[in-house]
Amino acid sequence: MKKIITLIALTSLFNIADAQNKKYIETMEKNIAILDTTRDANVLQNQANTFERIGNAEKKEWLPLYYAAYCYVNMTYSTKGNTIDTYCDKAETFIKKADSISPNNSEIFTIKAQIASARISVNPMTRGQKYGTEAGEIREQAKKLDPTNPRPYYLEGTAFFYTPPMFGGGKDKAKPSFEKAKSLYEAFKPASSIAPHWGAKSNEYFLQKCDEK
Amino acid sequence: MKKIITLFALSLLSLKSIYAQTKISGKVTDQKKITIPGANIFVKDSYDGASTSPDGSFSFVANDTGEVTLVTSFIGYETIEKKIKLNGKEVTYNPVLKEAFNELKVVTISAGTIEASDEKRTTVLKPLDIVTTAGGLGDINGALKTLPGAQQVGESAELFVRGGTGAETKTIIDGMVVNNPFYSANPDIASRGRFSPFIFKGTVFSTGGYSAQYGQAMSSVLALETNDLPDRTSSTVALSTVGVGVGHNHLWKEKQMSAGFDLNYTNLTPYFSLVKQAPDYTLSPQFSGGSLNFRKKTSPSGIIKFYGYFNLSNFGFKTQSIDSTNGYKNLFELGNTNIYTNLTYKERLGEKWLLNIGASYSTNLDKINLSFDTIRSQSDLSQGRIVISRGIGKLSIIRFGGEYQYSFDGFNIKGVGHNYFSNSNYFFKSNTNVYDNYSAEFIEADIFLSRSLVLRLGGRGEYSTLMNKYVVAPRSSVSYKLGESSTLSIAYGQFYQKPERTFLLSPQIPGYNKATHYIANIQRVDDYHTLRLEVYYKQYDNLTLYEADSTRSNLGHGYAQGLDLFWRDKKTLKGVDYWVSYTYLDTKRLYLYYPKEVTPPFAATHTATLVFKKFFEKLNLSTGFTYSYASGRPYNDPNNTEFMANRTIDYNTLGLNCAYLRQIKKCFAVLAFAVTNVIGNDQVFGYRYSYDLQRSQAITPPAKRFFFVGLFLSFGQDRSKEVINNNN
Repeated sequence: MKKIITLIALTSLFNIADAQNKKYIETMEKNIAILDTTRDANVLQNQANTFERIGNAEKKEWLPLYYAAYCYVNMTYSTKGNTIDTYCDKAETFIKKADSISPNNSEIFTIKAQIASARISVNPMTRGQKYGTEAGEIREQAKKLDPTNPRPYYLEGTAFFYTPPMFGGGKDKAKPSFEKAKSLYEAFKPASSIAPHWGAKSNEYFLQKCDEK
Repeated sequence: MKKIITLFALSLLSLKSIYAQTKISGKVTDQKKITIPGANIFVKDSYDGASTSPDGSFSFVANDTGEVTLVTSFIGYETIEKKIKLNGKEVTYNPVLKEAFNELKVVTISAGTIEASDEKRTTVLKPLDIVTTAGGLGDINGALKTLPGAQQVGESAELFVRGGTGAETKTIIDGMVVNNPFYSANPDIASRGRFSPFIFKGTVFSTGGYSAQYGQAMSSVLALETNDLPDRTSSTVALSTVGVGVGHNHLWKEKQMSAGFDLNYTNLTPYFSLVKQAPDYTLSPQFSGGSLNFRKKTSPSGIIKFYGYFNLSNFGFKTQSIDSTNGYKNLFELGNTNIYTNLTYKERLGEKWLLNIGASYSTNLDKINLSFDTIRSQSDLSQGRIVISRGIGKLSIIRFGGEYQYSFDGFNIKGVGHNYFSNSNYFFKSNTNVYDNYSAEFIEADIFLSRSLVLRLGGRGEYSTLMNKYVVAPRSSVSYKLGESSTLSIAYGQFYQKPERTFLLSPQIPGYNKATHYIANIQRVDDYHTLRLEVYYKQYDNLTLYEADSTRSNLGHGYAQGLDLFWRDKKTLKGVDYWVSYTYLDTKRLYLYYPKEVTPPFAATHTATLVFKKFFEKLNLSTGFTYSYASGRPYNDPNNTEFMANRTIDYNTLGLNCAYLRQIKKCFAVLAFAVTNVIGNDQVFGYRYSYDLQRSQAITPPAKRFFFVGLFLSFGQDRSKEVINNNN
């Protein structure tokens, strides 16, 4: 009898832990799905809040923090001027926390590079050199940490794409990066249902743009 | 049986948890009761929470029971926490968020100050603006002359600010005074600054009311801050119609140390053979020079910087003598050697303290040959400076420190002199050496009474052995932030300055000159626009005056009052950035040989400038023009019974520049073209009169226009990574 009780007690404990984990995965899946379909700043703000809450509860997980940073860096694309810096500062606090939980993570370095790039648009003329160099260096680190990660290549493509040809950018320069990213996206298998998997569609979009005259 | 009991107990437990769900709702606002949408409100360490709707309201269900912490956060606001008890009874909670510290939301002292910086997010200019302003020919002062408060004095490279002479503006690099910031020139031809605008990350151009940190400048302070470590190792080559230059800057791998040099040689002989100059050059201007820099990070917050340059220059020309009727030409030959060095150390001491130490040595030697005179003029300056700052609370700061300067001035002349009063010539030979020990100490506090209101109070004590007098100069200003982007400031200050160098060499040294500033300023700055309006009154006392017996006193006086207006717009016209400055100046002074208080020759009543820049992205072409206007300046016609009553013609000039940019492999190339006075307006800066007053000669630029073509190559800077990322 005692055995049975112990068993019940144990299974219920496992159940609780399992339920907790299930709740984490399910909540993450649901919220990541929203990210896959929107770039609306208000939605991104809500999602950032949600990921921040999950991150607060799941202190050992880097992904909620990663996604919170991802939301903030993507919010910079729908604003201008100094607000960009404010969002980047916020993204940076999350990605730093993520980095301390999961060091040398290619995906985290990818977001770091994206933040540096986003800061350029506050004033491309004066910031291009500093943050462009920084973004490039971090992208290289991200590539090194995981050569199968397509996202650093995708970001490199966009960086070239938006750099005027006179500064060594342009469509022709960007295309090989997008092509490399494409081949990596095709081979890429996310580590889990909640691991980063974004960028493939946009990569296709940019590849098409590169071929447009 | 037990199983059933357990099951029962478990279901009871789950029932209890259903029972214990608590609804929490409310509205998030800021301190002004404005609702905040998108704020995050949640139970700490749980998933339970919500984002606020567009009307700031929220509602969610919390599953925990007992005492929990409710967290409310939003970007740009301070996060707040509140402990509440959850017991299933609906909770209403209306958190009020306080704006977080943000440099943009905090008032800054703006009276009298125009700043160019990349680091501060809202400044009037960016360092790049200084290089790309047409008409300035890449010269710092050339660009600053397009700002309000500065006069268009075409015969000088100096900055004449608000009725002050060029000598009333001091140039400062990393806190250290630069004694001879311009290439030596003859009095009627403008020269250039000795340093490249590319080495500075910040420029503060103060047209009055400045901090107690600065002294010995009655009108203006130009404070330049050198770059920290470069982003990467790079080399540069410059080829132009007037000279060549090379440079290299090395950044060590850990990005903790860098060192660099550049060398340049300029020779105007080929240019002058193509473009005719009014003076008859016996030796076309030649300049050779170089600079060295070194930077080392001593800790995450500490940095040692060295910057130094040397220049050698020579030129000579003959001009028609105004006193000669048989075509005699006056000779002017100048050879200059100049060295400037500057070593600084900056470190944070603990949480609150910041230490800045600096030392500098410079020497300047001019050897001048005139038709009848030879002059050897040397000035050396050694200085040390220490500034300690301490933060008080979140915003307020107190700064104090001191500086010491040891200067030597030697003046050796052999030749013929002229007495203004008896109008006669005399032969003389003299050798004068003057030494001065100058020390100063200052204390200043920026007291933030709120985020919107700051009070700056300070004072500066100065003692010079040569003046043999201790003076105390109080300084103060108040700034109040009127709204999101508008600031109202007033400033008051007293400023002492030793008389110009020439008078220090005279047998009777007049005492300190003094200016008192009263300034009111209103400024509105957002990401794309800047509007500044400033009015001021400046009282001059103790100006140097020639007495009838040809001794010198400091019994002169004067005033300057006026209005400065600045408007910059980067948005209205697509791809165009333009600014407009207007300066109204009313000034009179009794000084030097003036018989009464009059408007001096370096002051124009109206000055206006339009700077226009456009970037053609498809053509890789950056273009711009600068149009400057100044109403006629006074000059004295000795034949006119009224002193200084004549006015020159108005001054007009249109400068043009364009640059073609291209990346070739790892080399970034810029092909630049610039021309001054495109239209060819006549420019007259004043008149010279012969001793017999029969003949006059206009003072004009040596050539109508100046053309410049240059190719600048930069290697190793892989600017391909210079992303202009606008993913929207």
